[in-house]
Amino acid sequence: MSAFQDPFDAGTALTRGCSCGNHRDQPEHDAELTHGGSDALASRVVDQAVMRALFPRDAERRRFLAAVGAQTALAAVAGLFPLAAAREAFAQGTGQIEKPNLKVGFIPITCATPIIMSQPMGFFGRAGLNVEVVKTAGWAVVRDKTLNKEYDAAHMLSPMPIAITLGVGSRPIPYTMPAVENINGQAITLSIKHKDKRDPKSWKGFKFAVPFDYSMHNYLLRYFVAENGIDPDKDIQIRAVPPPEMVANLRADNIDGFLAPDPVNQRAVYDGVGYIHTLTKDIWAGHPCCGFAASKEFVTQLPNTYRALLKAIMEATAFAAKAENRKQIAEAIAPANYLNQPVTVVEQVLTGTFADGLGNIQKVPNRIDFDPFPWHSFAVWIMTQMKRWGQLEGDVNYASVAREVYLATDAARLMKEVGLTPPAATTKKFSVMGKEFDPAKPDAYLASFAIRRTV
Amino acid sequence: MKGLHFWGAPLLSVLMLLAFLAVWHAGTLPQTGVQVVDPEYAKLVGAEAATGRKSAFPTPAEVGRKLWGHLTDPFYDKGPNDKGIGIHLAYSIARVAAGYLLAALVAIPIGFLIGMSPLAYRAFDPFIQVLKPISPLAWMPLALFTLQDSAVSAVFVIFICSMWPMLINTAFGVSSVRREWLNVAKTLEVSALRKAVRVILPAAAPTIMTGMRISIGIAWLVIVAAEMLVGGTGIGYFVWNEWNNLSIANIVSGILAIGLVGMILDQLLARLTQLVTFPE
Repeated sequence: MSAFQDPFDAGTALTRGCSCGNHRDQPEHDAELTHGGSDALASRVVDQAVMRALFPRDAERRRFLAAVGAQTALAAVAGLFPLAAAREAFAQGTGQIEKPNLKVGFIPITCATPIIMSQPMGFFGRAGLNVEVVKTAGWAVVRDKTLNKEYDAAHMLSPMPIAITLGVGSRPIPYTMPAVENINGQAITLSIKHKDKRDPKSWKGFKFAVPFDYSMHNYLLRYFVAENGIDPDKDIQIRAVPPPEMVANLRADNIDGFLAPDPVNQRAVYDGVGYIHTLTKDIWAGHPCCGFAASKEFVTQLPNTYRALLKAIMEATAFAAKAENRKQIAEAIAPANYLNQPVTVVEQVLTGTFADGLGNIQKVPNRIDFDPFPWHSFAVWIMTQMKRWGQLEGDVNYASVAREVYLATDAARLMKEVGLTPPAATTKKFSVMGKEFDPAKPDAYLASFAIRRTV
Repeated sequence: MKGLHFWGAPLLSVLMLLAFLAVWHAGTLPQTGVQVVDPEYAKLVGAEAATGRKSAFPTPAEVGRKLWGHLTDPFYDKGPNDKGIGIHLAYSIARVAAGYLLAALVAIPIGFLIGMSPLAYRAFDPFIQVLKPISPLAWMPLALFTLQDSAVSAVFVIFICSMWPMLINTAFGVSSVRREWLNVAKTLEVSALRKAVRVILPAAAPTIMTGMRISIGIAWLVIVAAEMLVGGTGIGYFVWNEWNNLSIANIVSGILAIGLVGMILDQLLARLTQLVTFPE
């Protein structure tokens, strides 16, 4: 008995042809039935499941139906089992958006591109959502406003949902990250006065800024200097400064450099205060940076809203992934309502044709790229670095935390819907500065570093 | 001589302003540097960076242009993150008013109680002494964590910072009402409530108003910082947002607006103080 057949029909053919006999085979019958409307179809699937549970054997079901008639059978079953309620419960899975008016917080950086461009370019509107994207002053405020439920969802740094779930630096609250927003797109920028100190080994005593303690920026900068023999806790100083304040601090000589998201790096070049030393894509090609995050509560209690919101962001990500759309996006997100930057700065970041601060024009088309798939391996790598620098102590079940927080299954399903090709696996090996990371052996990886805080 | 006495001060003020603008203008004169990079590169960076320098402080004329732009269109609304300076100021004033009035409702009755009863004064004193010097912004993370709402937290921070001057001044004003007046009230067997309303309140009113005037000044100082922290709306957010864009001209416009509104608030309270002051 196929899932779309009428379970109250005693004459349903079990082998050949279709159940009503008017079609060549069952798929054709089902296809026509589907045109009758997905609601009728959905309730039939529910009835079907109930009847199958009540009468596991087809012969028995037929005898029962033939003896009492379809109407009586329907009434009898409905008396035993709340069919109407079950139909309704099932219908909700594909139905109405529970909460069309949403607030999503963001930090004014190009990493937030898929989230903020969805507003002016209409991706949210087409999904039936009215989303207000709210500019926020810093990561700690984004975290607190999201935990307070002032924001329904937010743009976060990809380590933040992991830290929040584990209760590192905040109360433990189950959090999820169903999509990565951007890959690559960060850079190490140094003050123009250090024009001649290109060798990281000469950076002892430098003061660096990163956007947040729980950020890829922090982990990548630490990784980069440590690989060059500099201990990030002893030889240099790293402080958390919100991205918008970084250029002002670099200008004032408060810091010697930063590993920051764009447009901060490009803005430092634009204002003549810094030069781009290393793009993070040359540290780890394809690393995740920011993500779209929501609480587990939001995901489970407003499933339709969550799906619509995520799908809009996936569509925007797919649109942003195409190089030919980047100029248009730069114009949409540069105004005061979003990034509040000169268009040329945003354009240089997104197109990858940029001034490096030393008088050269570089062409790196994949300086920033957009790929929404939240690889579980990313989460595992982040946790190894959290342990490496003493943010996370004790044993941690890497795989299960990664699975709980990085919702790869949801991402894969929606990626298919918007025409992207999701990978078949959720883990992969990758290399950071030439050193391979195997997500199956996180502890061995951690132990292989000479400079680390954990024993 | 009388004319000079009347016109001297404003004249001097204008001269000082002109001198300041002249120094500013001279200090920020655009230098005609030689372009040190090729034209294609120059298109990608700011004008100063193209001549090998850092971007400069804006000239008075640039700030004036920005200021004129804000003044001619103060109430535009182009979405949640781009509103006119007038709307931001209105948000800030509303927050200050809410926190300030709440503080007055709490601080003046408690101040009365403390001022009238030496026992209450000694009991409250340690708390006041510890809580008074805490920077209001230090309350912010705590408020966000417990109150779970950034708008309420901002109002709370205003509330907590404007409370102490009012409380202390009320207590001081009430406790230093002249003995003779209280004795007269006692001789006439005036009821406690009547004594409070008809004798103590009028006598302490000027001191209370002074406390309120100090408070409004502090509240206006704090709201700017609080809004820079929580963001969203308000003049503090406006300044932060322009800092983010490194637009010094807009920041200067914001600073001027903050100063003007602060002055107006202070003058309002000064007028009210004059109303309740009495000649002895």
